[in-house]
Amino acid sequence: MPTYIALTYTAEVDWKQPEYADAIQEYVAFDEAHAAVLRGGHALYPTATATTVRVPGGKGGEPIVSDGPYAETKEALTGFYLLECADLDEALAVAAKMPAAWHGTVEVRPVHPSLES
Amino acid sequence: MAAGDAVARLLRDEGAHVLATLIRVTGDITLAEDAVQDAAVRALERWPRDGVPDNPRAWLIVAAKRRAIDVVRREARRAGKETAAVALLDPVPEPAGAVRDDLLRLVFTCCHPALSAEAQVALALRTLGGLSTAEVARALMVPEATMAKRLTRAKQKIALARIPYRVPSAGELPGRVRGVAATIYLIFNEGYAAGAGEHLVRVALSAEAIRLARLLVGLLPDEPTALGLLALLLLSDARRAARLDERGGAVLLPDQDRTRWDTAMIREGVVLVGTALRRAPDRPDPYVAQAAIAACHALAPSYADTDWDAVVSWYDVLLTVQDTAVVRLNRAVAVAERDGPEAGLALVEGIDGLAAYPWWHATRAELLRRVGRASEASAAYERALGLEMNDVQAGHLRRRLSDLDG
Repeated sequence: MPTYIALTYTAEVDWKQPEYADAIQEYVAFDEAHAAVLRGGHALYPTATATTVRVPGGKGGEPIVSDGPYAETKEALTGFYLLECADLDEALAVAAKMPAAWHGTVEVRPVHPSLES
Repeated sequence: MAAGDAVARLLRDEGAHVLATLIRVTGDITLAEDAVQDAAVRALERWPRDGVPDNPRAWLIVAAKRRAIDVVRREARRAGKETAAVALLDPVPEPAGAVRDDLLRLVFTCCHPALSAEAQVALALRTLGGLSTAEVARALMVPEATMAKRLTRAKQKIALARIPYRVPSAGELPGRVRGVAATIYLIFNEGYAAGAGEHLVRVALSAEAIRLARLLVGLLPDEPTALGLLALLLLSDARRAARLDERGGAVLLPDQDRTRWDTAMIREGVVLVGTALRRAPDRPDPYVAQAAIAACHALAPSYADTDWDAVVSWYDVLLTVQDTAVVRLNRAVAVAERDGPEAGLALVEGIDGLAAYPWWHATRAELLRRVGRASEASAAYERALGLEMNDVQAGHLRRRLSDLDG
């Protein structure tokens, strides 16, 4: 069965804040309801914690490390799920149940087979 | 030669069915296309000489499968594995109903919402309509290389993202049929907006869309959306001959010579509207409502004698399922005819979000002219002309403007 990754794009969330307790419950309920197809996934810390690495000199060159990137839009990459589904329709049906689908958007992509576990 | 023409027509009609079955059997659109192409070449050689077989579709499916097996075997030998062709060689007869539903599967795959609208249009014309890539490119006024790339990318997405080859469940069906209808309607409009003369290739798109809508009705005879779509296309296309004057200028509905409307198309469209309404008496469908409006116009002896009450009522129905600013604008035009230009103008001016839509300005201009506010009408025509539209449409508005000034 093919694997899909669902990337969630929403407003930045600091899950440590108590006002997000209800939202966390939504995600927990989603996880429990779809355990059969979920193959992993995580929420990410806000983009303020992101660091970018590039090696412009080519392989073996000097790495350049910088802060960010910060999202230019209101919605940033805030998490991901791996799904094992029969086809795209099934994956989209699961993605539509992710709380991120109504808090923001969910991008669904097939995972290249050689990268599947 | 005549025999060859008849064979070519038969091949085109059967082509989509054969392709649909081959895609299910091989699970690969490109391989299926190659196999069907090869089978068609064989048929063109043999049928004019030996006669058309009793069941041409079955003949083509067998020939195409044979070719697909050859290709898969060759590929497998090159890759050093023999397993791939096994599924194709399986002599188990086709499950009952599978072949019948293949075309429907293809329709829903080509018009899957995960594909962009332009990819859906291109795929539908290529696979369901049986047009060559070059023909699709010419019709949509896109360079052939661009079209080839667009088709390849769409087919790749279907394969890699596993867009399923299946008829949606009963629960999903109405929404998905509306998606298919939207794609066919887009194809129709490409042709309808093209005008005439030098744009004949594009005008053929309208005929192609009607053919696809007929196909959809044949596959889903109980779906109101399919019936409504075909009705709407027929009732719109029936007015084609009256839409342009002899110099190629646009003639709008009020001024059209109704004796030039195609009465056979109107009759068929009106019957279809009736059938669609009986299929879904309580759940309005946007295509059926639009077809009903088109039927009101088609059946009116003249513009002045149109049943505007009925037209406005149908717009009210349409608004319950498709509340857009453009629908509100069209309803306002009907209200202006029924209750007078002041009433229409008030509605037009109350619609937000159409400042960039030339027909909002043009409609406002026309109603301002009717209530005697000539200078405001001129300004509104100027605003409309400042926005993007085709030459025929702009020519019409310029004439209205000069009538007003003169």
